[in-house]
Amino acid sequence: MDTPAIACEGLGKRFGGKTALDHLDLSVPPGTVHGLLGPNGAGKTTVVRVLATLLHPDSGQARVAGFDVARQSAQVRARIGLAGQNAAVDEILSGRQNLVMFGRLCHLPAGAARRRAGELLSQFGLSEAEDKPVRQYSGGMRRRLDLAASFIVAPCVLFLDEPTAGLDPRGRNEVWQMIRALAVGGTTVLLTTQYLEEADRLADAITVIAAGRVIAEGTPDALKTLAGGDRIDITVREASDLAAAARLLRTRLGADVRVNREDRELSIPVTDRLAALTRIIGALHEQDITAEDITVRRPTLDDAFLHLTGFPDSTVPATEAATP
Amino acid sequence: MTITRTPEIPRGTRSRIGWAISDTLVIACRDLAHWRQQPGAVIANTLVFPVMIVLTFGYLLGGAMTVPGGGDYRDFLMPGMFAMTMVFGIGATLSAVSADAARGVTDRFRSLPMAAPAVIAGRAAADMLNSMAALAVLTGCGFAAGWHPHRGAARAMAALGLLLLLRFAFLWIGVYLGLRFYQQPEVVTAVRTVEFPVGFLGNPFVAVSTMPAWLGAIALWNPLSSTATAARQLFGDPIGADSSWITSHAAIMAVAWPLLLIAVFFPLSLHRYQRLSR
Repeated sequence: MDTPAIACEGLGKRFGGKTALDHLDLSVPPGTVHGLLGPNGAGKTTVVRVLATLLHPDSGQARVAGFDVARQSAQVRARIGLAGQNAAVDEILSGRQNLVMFGRLCHLPAGAARRRAGELLSQFGLSEAEDKPVRQYSGGMRRRLDLAASFIVAPCVLFLDEPTAGLDPRGRNEVWQMIRALAVGGTTVLLTTQYLEEADRLADAITVIAAGRVIAEGTPDALKTLAGGDRIDITVREASDLAAAARLLRTRLGADVRVNREDRELSIPVTDRLAALTRIIGALHEQDITAEDITVRRPTLDDAFLHLTGFPDSTVPATEAATP
Repeated sequence: MTITRTPEIPRGTRSRIGWAISDTLVIACRDLAHWRQQPGAVIANTLVFPVMIVLTFGYLLGGAMTVPGGGDYRDFLMPGMFAMTMVFGIGATLSAVSADAARGVTDRFRSLPMAAPAVIAGRAAADMLNSMAALAVLTGCGFAAGWHPHRGAARAMAALGLLLLLRFAFLWIGVYLGLRFYQQPEVVTAVRTVEFPVGFLGNPFVAVSTMPAWLGAIALWNPLSSTATAARQLFGDPIGADSSWITSHAAIMAVAWPLLLIAVFFPLSLHRYQRLSR
């Protein structure tokens, strides 16, 4: 088997009295996109900072592209790209000046750095704005430049720390396309995100972390299965009925009913969809609770996430639940 | 798509030094390119400000000033202004270093296969160049106001050398504070605000002998004062009658003070830079 592109063993890191990483293990096979998923403060950024040689762990060890991040940091830096929260581009310089500068700092000869900057600008759709200062760029353009900068010398491993945070849907789509293109080129990508949809769409495998520990690992589909089988979502008409309906269905179905107060919605994991549906409708009718809408659906990664991180009675969608 | 790979990391000391020098130059050019991109800020800081202050002190207030021990006030003022400009360098370095660290540009550099000291060394080179330019502009203002060195080109160059040595020492204060407080922008503002009083608490504008004794003592031991006095002596300008020990040894102190500051803040800056990974 190939050496993993990323291998962490027992990583530990404390900031003051706060534990950021707690014996974290992670292994990513080369050429895959790996999602690192977790709420804010889970330690995602700390993992990326350690792997990108920006931060020394207190304990444990990590290897990237076969090199130890602490003892062979120069070798690691020659093989990685970093984009997102941790690495910025120069706001005052133009896009082209930025890429030429980063190319020179990767020790490309001047001519090669200029050529490479030109290639990347057109590849990332920035040719028209190449001579404008970056502070005039839109959020999406800036992220694309950031990605381009991390890709000047084709990295073996690319770290993307919340690459689409704060982007509008269009900007997010642009960045997703870029990440897919990079993955096709054989680069190993470690992607941190709070957006489950993002991990679902891009990642071959996902590690869910919380409070600096790994709480689940697997393919997006395997994680969805962890959340249980199909689900039935019920929207009640009167918000005052919500608690009674939840109690009722908990007793009748013996299932873990999730309550979303904001949308007056109950979500119930079920095994036999039709039997459950019949019983739910019967029970609600019997108690005079009016349902506005009932849907039967496959579990999403959101369900898995809520299940794993144990947010009870979540009243907000998971993508926001991740932000305290 | 073409695949570009990083050239192999050199193993020999000589080629490593070559990489470090080339990285330093790239960073210095980047810092200089900032000034090219923002000519307004540069003109305001290095051109308009010195001219304004020479006019204010030399002409508006200068008429009411007398230099103890005799001599022309504008002759007394110019070397003081040179030294004062070096003080403003602290804030300039501090702002640039803390902005890079806060925005994540420093982290981007640190994740690249470049020579680590080049990030600071490039900043130092660019800031020294900027201060030389500021000195040149100010010297031009001085000539226009009728000031000129009286004791020959060699001594004038020595005076400029002492001023730049002070700037080099202040540079490390700026780097240290920038790396230490980049998450607290209010510190940057505070430092830029106290630069003026710190300058006034020395001898750039008035002779120390005109101050109350206790205040004069503080002003005398301001590193700025030794450099200003030494520069005045080398330019052949009045130093404002003063027979204190430190004034009589101004030339030595103008070297000793900066070296002391460098000895303290250079290691602190490096330590802080390394601490970024803790």
